[in-house]
This record gives sequence, C-alpha cells and structure tokens, in this order.
Amino acid sequence: MLDLLTGFVGELRAAGLPVSTVEAIDAAAALCSTDLGDRAAVRASLSATLVKSARYLDAFDTAFDVYFGLRPPEAGSAAAAAQEAADAALVASALGGAVGTGTDAAGLGEALLQALLSDDPGLLAALARRAVRLLGGIEPGRPLGAAYYLYRVLRALDAERLRQRLRQAATGETDGLARRLAEEDLEGRFEQFRRALEAEIRRLLVADRGAAAVARALRRPLVEDADLTMATTAELAEIERALHPLARRLAVRLARRRRGSSGRLDVRRTLRAALSSGGVPVDPRFRRPHRSKPDIVLLCDISGSVATFARFTLQIVYALAAQFTRVQSFAFVDALDEVTGFFGPGADFAGGVRRLGDEARVVFFDGHSDYGRVFGQFASGHLGRLGPRTTVIVTGDARTNYRDPNPAALDQIARHSRALFWLNPERKGAWDSGDSVFGVYRPLCDGVFEVRTLRQLAAFVEQVALPAARPVRRPG
Amino acid sequence: MDYPFSDPAAVAAALRDRGYLADDHIAQVVFLATRLGKPVLVEGPAGVGKTELGKALAGALGRRLIRLQCYEGLDEAKALYEWNYRKQLLRLQADRGRAWEEVEGDIFTEDFLLTRPLLEAIRSPEPVVLLVDEVDRVEVETEALLLEVLAEFQVSIPELGTVVASSRPAVVLTSNNTRELSEALKRRCLFLHLGYPTVEREKEILLARVPGLPGALAEQVAGLVRSLRHLPLRKPPSVSESIDWARTLLALGVERLDARAAVGTLHVVLKHQPDIEKAAADLEPPGEG
Repeated sequence: MLDLLTGFVGELRAAGLPVSTVEAIDAAAALCSTDLGDRAAVRASLSATLVKSARYLDAFDTAFDVYFGLRPPEAGSAAAAAQEAADAALVASALGGAVGTGTDAAGLGEALLQALLSDDPGLLAALARRAVRLLGGIEPGRPLGAAYYLYRVLRALDAERLRQRLRQAATGETDGLARRLAEEDLEGRFEQFRRALEAEIRRLLVADRGAAAVARALRRPLVEDADLTMATTAELAEIERALHPLARRLAVRLARRRRGSSGRLDVRRTLRAALSSGGVPVDPRFRRPHRSKPDIVLLCDISGSVATFARFTLQIVYALAAQFTRVQSFAFVDALDEVTGFFGPGADFAGGVRRLGDEARVVFFDGHSDYGRVFGQFASGHLGRLGPRTTVIVTGDARTNYRDPNPAALDQIARHSRALFWLNPERKGAWDSGDSVFGVYRPLCDGVFEVRTLRQLAAFVEQVALPAARPVRRPG
Repeated sequence: MDYPFSDPAAVAAALRDRGYLADDHIAQVVFLATRLGKPVLVEGPAGVGKTELGKALAGALGRRLIRLQCYEGLDEAKALYEWNYRKQLLRLQADRGRAWEEVEGDIFTEDFLLTRPLLEAIRSPEPVVLLVDEVDRVEVETEALLLEVLAEFQVSIPELGTVVASSRPAVVLTSNNTRELSEALKRRCLFLHLGYPTVEREKEILLARVPGLPGALAEQVAGLVRSLRHLPLRKPPSVSESIDWARTLLALGVERLDARAAVGTLHVVLKHQPDIEKAAADLEPPGEG
C-alpha cells in the first residue's frame, strides 16, 4: 500500500499538483483510519489530504482512477471468463432475443438504449464492459491512447443516432418543461455511460502497460498552465472561473493603500472614547486611511490574430468592471472605441460581447490591427481620462501590419498615467519578428509581460505590487 | 483516546439526525477530521451548506458551537482576546497608593481578559466545535493568527504566557474561494469541496428540509434547478435557494410545476434581473408561452 501511495503522490507531483511531504504523511495517516475495501472512502481520504484546491480535483480523479482502479481479472483466467459469460447473459436477457444476441454493435446499441431508458445501473456496467471488449479492439502492446479507443467504441455504437433516439423518447412528454427535464436526465445518463466506457478502457490499458505509463499519457496541463491562445472551449470555461478571483486581486493590488500610515488622529472620537475612562484618552482613535479606488484604463486588441486571447482579456475587463466602477475599457482593431458600458455592473458577459460586435466601432479601414493609429486616436481624444493615479494596461501582440507604429502617441499616454503595462500573448521568442513592432513600444512601458497562461497572469498581478514597478511620473 | 464516531456511516447517521444529509464523501472527510484531530476546510459556491455542516456537526457531537464570522479588517482584538482596559483603569483608581509592582501583577490576570471566539474555543473546559466562517475574507496577516491556533491549539498572550487547549475543539473553516488561501493554512487542513448536489441528493435534501413537500414536486424542482445551473448565469441557484423555491411553491399550493408557475416564481431562485430574464426566456420559448 505504501508503495502504491508514494507512486501515486509522485504522479500527482508530476502532473503539477503541489503536494508537500506533510500532506503525504497525512494521507498515510488518513488511510490508517479508512476502510481500504471501499474505493469511494479511499478516494475521499486521499483527496481531502492531498488536494487543497478545487482546480486540481480533475487531475486528481484521473490519476486516482488509474492508480486505484479495480483491476480486471487476468485475461484468459477462469474469473475473466465467468465475468464475460455473466455480462453476455445479462445483455442477452435484456434484449429478450429480439434483436440478435447482443454480440454485435447493433445489438449492444439496442440494449444500451433500453438500459438508459430504464436507468439500470447493473446492465449499464455490463454493457460498458461488453462494448469495450467487443468493439474497442484493444490489443496488448499497441501504443494507442485511451481517447482513440473511446472514439472507436462510440463510433461503433453510433452514439449520435443513439442520442437522437433518446431525445425522441423524451418527446413523449407533452408539457414543455417536463420534456426538457426528461431530456436532460437522459443526456446525463448517457454522459455517465461514456465515463464508464472511459474508466473501462483505462482499466484495460493499466493492466496492459502499468499505472505509471497510463497516468503519464493522460496528464493534461493544469488550468493555470493551459495555453490561452489555443485553449479548448472546456478549458476556457475553467479558465474563466479561475479568472474572477485573480482580476479582483489585480484591482486590489493596484489600489493598495500606502503601508504604515494609519491616518490622522480623530479628535472627536478620541474624546468621546475618553469619557468611559474618566477623561483620560487611553484609546486614541484615528481616521480611517483613505483607500483609493483602483483607477484602471484597459486598451484591448480584439483583432482576429489574437481572437482567443481577446476573449480572455474581455473576461478580465468584465471581472474588473463588475466589481469596480473606475475601470474604463477600450477595444480596438484599427480604430478605438470605448466599451466600458458594455461590461459595467449588472451586464452579463455574453450580452457585452454581443453589443461589442453590434455597436462598437473598432474597425476603420480593413480590420487589421493598426496600433499607431489607435494610440494616436487615444492620445488626441482621451488623454483627459488619465491622471496621476491611473494605471494603463494594453493587451495585444503589437503586430501592426507594417503600418506606422507612432511611438510618440504611446509615449504621451505613458507620461500622463502612473504606470503603463503591456500584456503580450505571444511567446517571448516571437516578439519583434515579422510585423511585430514590440521593440518600439517596449522601452515606453513600465513593464511588459508574456501572458499565455493563468500562471503568467498571476505572476503579473504579483509583480505590479512591487514598488519598483510603480515609478511616480509627472506629466511632461 | 476514544473517538466520537466508530465509522463514516455513524457520522452520516448523526448528521442526518440533525437534518443534514451528508453523502459518503462528506461523511468520510468529517470522520477523518475527528480521527486525525485536524480542521476541515470546506470550500464551494455560496449556499451549498458549508456553514450548515459546521452547525450540524456541533449538534451531532453534542457540543457547543463557537462561531467566528470573518470579515475584512478582522483583527486580533476581535478574533482572539482583548484586555478590558476600562476595568483595569477602575482598578488602578481604586488601588491608588499601592506600589506599581503589586498593581501590575493584579491587572494582567484573567479577570481582566475579554475572550474572543478563538481563545474561548481553546479555553473551554469541555470540547467545542469552532466554526470559522468565510475565512477567505480576512487579510493574509490575520490568517497567520489562525495558524497558531489551528496547528498547535494554543494561544500566546505576552502578559499571561501560553494558553494551551484543555480540550481539542473540532474546527470547521468555510471559504467561498474569493481569494487563494495561504499554502500554510491549507496544509494544516483537510480539504472538502462541496459542489452542487446531484438531482437525487438535492431531492432528498428538499424532502428533508421542506416538510409536506410532495415527492413529485421535489423531483421537478431539483431537476429544474440543475437545468438552471447549466445556463450561463451570474449567480447560479444554490441549494438554499432551491429550498426557498420549494417552500414558496408549497405555500402557493402549486402541485405540479409547469413553465408558467416556474417563471412566475423565478425571483425566489435567481437574484439578478438579467439572470431572471435569461432564464424566463429559456424556459418559455416564444412559441409555447
């Protein structure tokens, strides 16, 4: 057990989860008070001691399934044959001999439809095992991933048609609401079956290659390391959830009051408090120190070349604007338009994006980014928005399609604000290549940051708090 | 040492008696907490029963509940202890004429100590349950204060020395995850993530919390709440809101939930106007309404 646990902890660490030695010891202690025959209990004990953030639960579950999955009976053994016979019998009896014997894809599909409609967990489990055995085509030693086998089984079962038939079954309900609930119910059951298939495939792969190898193949980057510019929809949703606390933190960092100063003496309240101690002012009261509100201006490139990243920066805009009123945001492609109102308090994100597409005038000429023109537009029309407490954050790749970069305008913006930061979604190596004019803008900024992942964004948030990154400027 | 519960099933049963339906995962983690004597950090969206768990645990253990509600600006004086200087001052005036050395020994004694929740939990002669609510709201500096208490179950008071717990309190911390807690704090706790329950469990919760609710209606409410949680809302409905909803429908005499009844009472479950509009449009497509 101890070897298994240390192997498991090693795998978690390799997947990027921070697991300290103390926590590993706790896990071992927890297992001593756990019924080891109960997988769910073991899972609960390990997750409570080893995982300390909901963000890591998915990665934990994957690794747990691989390391602590039920081992299938050895291929060719009596136990394996017995289980196979039992499964086959169960499937055949469900079909009642109506459509084949349940050894081909059509028969399995039919049995599956019945099992899903009647919500029979025993039959579903048997079907998952049968389907993987008969349709997966898993051969020992072939270096193919679990995702491939899952795709293969689902295609053989004709999952799309199956789901359609499930939806049809739900239309039996006359009431719109009831139909909707029934549909969602069936969809949920199908999703469970899909997971059962996945688990079964992993089980077989683990038996073939060993837990460590399978776990390595299944490792995915954690949310904070997922590449923002190439994230899948599911990853984006996860990233967006993690973003809100971070945006709030950024705003707090930028607004942080000076340390050490606790405000001026409040004479009135001090004298009032002194009354209860016989007129002796033992308890001096101070005015609350003034907490400045975060004053942020965001300039976001939303052109096609940074589309995914733009969605992410708009999420930052949204998260900031929902909590703080003094956040002004502008979007641009080759023209600049204010979008503050679209994402203000009370607005929802999807609606904001829609309004951005419908109403914002961000395209002037041909829909290719023109940073020089945009900065010029801001410098001539919006300099009044900036003040000695304003932080300006520009997000974009500085690819200005070989047009005039107009650094003088950006310099003017920098001079009128407290600090100017630039977040660039491109790899450092790609900066200044091709039509990127980042090298021109870079010296004008107080800080430039490569932001491709949440972790890098967090690092930026940490860094803007450092005094060195916040020089005091005077408009010149 | 004897433990309050023999196995996780006993935990679940005891919590159930207090009206809290714990699934196997929750029961196992709470059981571990009582065995290992570690605090439990409960994290999850608002309104899934994090605070309820602490209260139910106190009931299940038959212990007193001491609750520390955290907020931004919570400090030592409010969380740990404070000297009652007014009383000290009176004492000084009454003792006029005595030598300072004598008086000093007098006024820094337990008579002049105002205990706050953390110290109270530690000094209590019989074991208690300490509920530290919304711990993510305090500043990082205050979090450090919790560390000594949670790890060593002791408090250092410069004038008195170290107060060691006479009995170990069971500690439950809750967090809405508005900010990342420090590694040090998390390391000392068992982590329990409470998400939204499955439809079946939510139905059970509704039936347990809303007496007289018909089973069919409970199932519909649970199903519809899950359906609402899939929509991109600002604030998805929580369990406490679905309980409110079930109560409302019961009070209105609704026996079967249809789209009209649902849309008419949406304001009970959803608290933002854009959310209500979005959900109403989704539940009542133009063709059907």
